[in-house]
Amino acid sequence: MQNKNYILQLFSCMFLMFILVGLFQSWNLALSIFNLCIISAIMSLGINIQWGNAGIVNFGVMGFAALGGLANVIISMPPTHNAWEEGGILILSGIVIFIISIFCSIYLWKKLNIDKKKKYVITTIIIATSYFLMRYIIDIPIQTIESIEPAKTGYLGGFDLPVIISWPIGGLLAALTAYAIGKIALGLRSDYLAIATLGISEIIIYVLKNEDWLSRGVKNVNGLPRPVPYEIELQSKQWVIEIAQFTNVSLPEISSIIVKLSYSFLFIIILIGILILLEIALKSPWGRMMRAIRDNEVSANAMGKNIKKRHLQVFIIGSAIIGIAGAMLTTLDGQFTPVSYQPLRFTFLVWIMVIIGGSGNNFGSIIGGFIIWFFWIQAEPIGLWLIAFITSYVSDSNIIKSHLLENAAHMRLMFMGIILLVTLRFAPKGLIPEVKR
Amino acid sequence: MDFLNGITLIANYIIIPGLTYGSQLALGALGITIIYTVLRFSNFAHGEFMSFGTMTSILLTWLFSNLGIKLGIFPTAILVLPIAILITIFYCLIIDKFVFKFYRQQKSKSVITLIVSIGVMFFSGGLIRFIIGPGDKNFFDGERFILKAKTFKALTGLNEGLAIKTTQGVTIILTILLVFLLFWFLNKTKTGKSMRAYSDNQELALLSGINPEKVVLITWIITGTLACVAGTLYGLDKSYKPFTYLHLVLPIFAAAIVGGVGNPVGAIIGGFVIAFSELFITFAYKKIFYYLLPYEIVPSGLLQILSTDYKIAVSFIILVLVLLIKPTGIYKGKVI
Repeated sequence: MQNKNYILQLFSCMFLMFILVGLFQSWNLALSIFNLCIISAIMSLGINIQWGNAGIVNFGVMGFAALGGLANVIISMPPTHNAWEEGGILILSGIVIFIISIFCSIYLWKKLNIDKKKKYVITTIIIATSYFLMRYIIDIPIQTIESIEPAKTGYLGGFDLPVIISWPIGGLLAALTAYAIGKIALGLRSDYLAIATLGISEIIIYVLKNEDWLSRGVKNVNGLPRPVPYEIELQSKQWVIEIAQFTNVSLPEISSIIVKLSYSFLFIIILIGILILLEIALKSPWGRMMRAIRDNEVSANAMGKNIKKRHLQVFIIGSAIIGIAGAMLTTLDGQFTPVSYQPLRFTFLVWIMVIIGGSGNNFGSIIGGFIIWFFWIQAEPIGLWLIAFITSYVSDSNIIKSHLLENAAHMRLMFMGIILLVTLRFAPKGLIPEVKR
Repeated sequence: MDFLNGITLIANYIIIPGLTYGSQLALGALGITIIYTVLRFSNFAHGEFMSFGTMTSILLTWLFSNLGIKLGIFPTAILVLPIAILITIFYCLIIDKFVFKFYRQQKSKSVITLIVSIGVMFFSGGLIRFIIGPGDKNFFDGERFILKAKTFKALTGLNEGLAIKTTQGVTIILTILLVFLLFWFLNKTKTGKSMRAYSDNQELALLSGINPEKVVLITWIITGTLACVAGTLYGLDKSYKPFTYLHLVLPIFAAAIVGGVGNPVGAIIGGFVIAFSELFITFAYKKIFYYLLPYEIVPSGLLQILSTDYKIAVSFIILVLVLLIKPTGIYKGKVI
């Protein structure tokens, strides 16, 4: 560690910001920003290991985060009454048939020793027939399932397990998807890989939005169980009432602060765990190998390193981390809303975090996640204040002033753009540059 | 007669919308391709440039309508298009001067410039929402249809109607005009040739006395024009919302890659391939089968390959397939 003091200063500055928000706005707000900051930090750790340490451009953050969210639904929601008997098994078997046929066609593609055109024809025929077969099998059960109390359920439901299990499962789901994506797309060079991952993540979101039997689609899944107690329960507890009396804060507020603190506690444990694992990995020979591949693929290849395999490995690890963070985010929200997954908010914002913080440095990614998310939330009040300040000499009835005040919330996009451009121009290594090892 | 009805149905729901959407995508993809071949990076901010162009068109349309200047049956936006184009070009040039120029001189990796273009995307998106707001804006005026479904039915006596919206007609005609102009410029004029030379081999072009600054300037002029026209036409046809233009970037990239990155002809073909496959795959074929086959053997159900909700996802699926099978695209372009 070359500059421990500097990193410590940055983090204490950030800490001070939260205290200021707590003092001047509210502690509730400070804590909710803090929780989301931790999640953002974990997501940017995932991108950092891919981009900062292996040079892989992954623009699919949104998709992996949404898969983590899906894990919440699958793990923690109660199973819908009768849904499995009515058609759940048929749907699953239809999908399994389709996946098996895809594997078959991949196998044939590798084994068959014939002219390429014939290969295309054969694989297309296999995949098309199995697709229509799958549609034939699943179309009617999907309709039945979606018509079981559509206002309340209308989907398969989950396994009714504790929600915390969904975090590792979310990571696993993301890792499996990353394996499939990596197998097909990692051979592409950077620009294409960026566009391909962005496209695939959009496809994932489209599936989640429209397959109601799986995730209720745009109807959202509400009321996900929590790993922490509910505010109402806390308010009747004696010790909570005592704290409220002692600190002279209203009971509802103190209970919601306690809930948020317990979330923060859980999240910090995960963040530190992932950080330690990543630091160990990157200091090990494996980490050196990754950086060697990033810096010069050809010579690493000449040294006998299997670049394709390493890239796939690091792609899966990074995506799994994003999946875990996505699952945590959905647990924190308490609901799964496929519509809320936007590339601007997930993919590109996380990339800004990594670039600002300093690609290649885990501490940098964490501080980047904290700073950017903090400003993403606080840019709105800052923008409003700025415009009110600039136009303070204009009368309130002025059309331009009211228009500006109305649209001040969009200042944050501009802020983010400017921050990113300025960093890339004047400090391309970010706030905490990569450690020279 | 049934056969003609079927044809009309396809023309009304696939061919005309496909040609319109394809033209819009083709113009967008051309912009991305030109930037890619000359300046060597994937410009993620292109959607926002289109959005910026549309925004200026809308503001000018409002201004002109207030002054009482109209273009008869055509939308006023067509009249203000030249001024909007100039403003968009000006914006592109400013962005280039303050942002992209630095990385060009540094000879940065194309990935870095790509990330820079994301910064530009954020900034422009914020600026646009700041000026015009995030809401839906409909700025279409003039006559709605060139050919009404009713008139068509009365003329031909068919069951199915064929309607052509003014915006669809204008889009297709303007696209043909613009593409023709662009190819004439690239292939016949001296400046266009020098631009092609520069994109083929920068060092050689510099040696033979081509002024790189001029090439860059012309590249942005072309890009700004294409972006403004494509954006305005898309906004006229659907309706303008800053948010949708961010999502338009991916189909446009898909079009550029499917056609073969770095090849202008490929970009146009790619645009139409994407547009038509979106429509063909999500079209419900039930009615057509009723016209073409005996009533009894038509199966129940809508006979869609994918539900309409997946319309835009189709372009991404095609993109992924093309990247897998033939990364160079239909017309062999440069591999990034």
